[in-house]
Amino acid sequence: MSHLDIESLKVSNVSMSQCFNTQLTFRKYLVLAGITLFSTAGDSLLARGMKDVGAVSLHNLPGLLLAILNPWVALGILFLLTFFTCYMSALSWADLTYVLPATSLAYVLVALVGHFRLHEVISPTRWLGIALIAAGVGFVAAGPSLTPRHAHDKRPLHDAMTEEVKL
Amino acid sequence: MSDLYAWAAIALIVVASTTGDVLLSYSMKRVGDVGELWKQRGALAVIGRVLSTPTFALGVAAMGVAFYSLLFGLSWGNLSLVVPASASLTFVANAVAARIFLHERVGRRRWIAALLVAGGVVLMAV
Repeated sequence: MSHLDIESLKVSNVSMSQCFNTQLTFRKYLVLAGITLFSTAGDSLLARGMKDVGAVSLHNLPGLLLAILNPWVALGILFLLTFFTCYMSALSWADLTYVLPATSLAYVLVALVGHFRLHEVISPTRWLGIALIAAGVGFVAAGPSLTPRHAHDKRPLHDAMTEEVKL
Repeated sequence: MSDLYAWAAIALIVVASTTGDVLLSYSMKRVGDVGELWKQRGALAVIGRVLSTPTFALGVAAMGVAFYSLLFGLSWGNLSLVVPASASLTFVANAVAARIFLHERVGRRRWIAALLVAGGVVLMAV
């Protein structure tokens, strides 16, 4: 156990129980879905609002501040703040290499919204991209969400975790 | 020449956002499961503990650098080059960085997932 690990266990008395929870509860899946939905909605709202505001250059910084007054932009920022809260929550109980692929469905979502709501044409290459992302999400979601912090440790996951808890 | 600038911006975006993600992930692991903490101590304790973690502010700052690099990158290069290139490279860079700095077990399953998503992002932009 390195100094870092011991320190992190001391800082947080909940990380002990967390070691057992590699299977996600329904609420945690909701948080992951929240990351996907709120980042997509936030980006779309910002894009919609910036169309009203027009191009903002670095020479026109007051324009950037005024952009917040646009209701679409304000709503977009609110959604992105919600996204950030969900993202931080997910990182508190899942690995970075789990959260990032698991929430990349946002890219697929944007394309599907464009296809079904805005009637954009999706080329075969883009459909293939959508399939690859979906496959990647399935791959990572089927595995454990949290792994113990020993990269060099080759023992089965369960043993390593039990030891971490005993400590 | 502008291509070189665009790739420099892409490199900066990838480095900054990977640094940010790793720092934020490290901070939140130190804070611990916020759901549990919320139940035991309330919302203020969660916010206080997150904000008092020094690496959290560093992570947010790195994300800010990444965001502004993206803005500059977009003014130098094409949207269809900068966004997918930086997004897909960030997925791969994050997998490497999480393994080295966060000691996450990036097994075969997660490598395949990161590469599939990175490839998918590129294809969606073509």
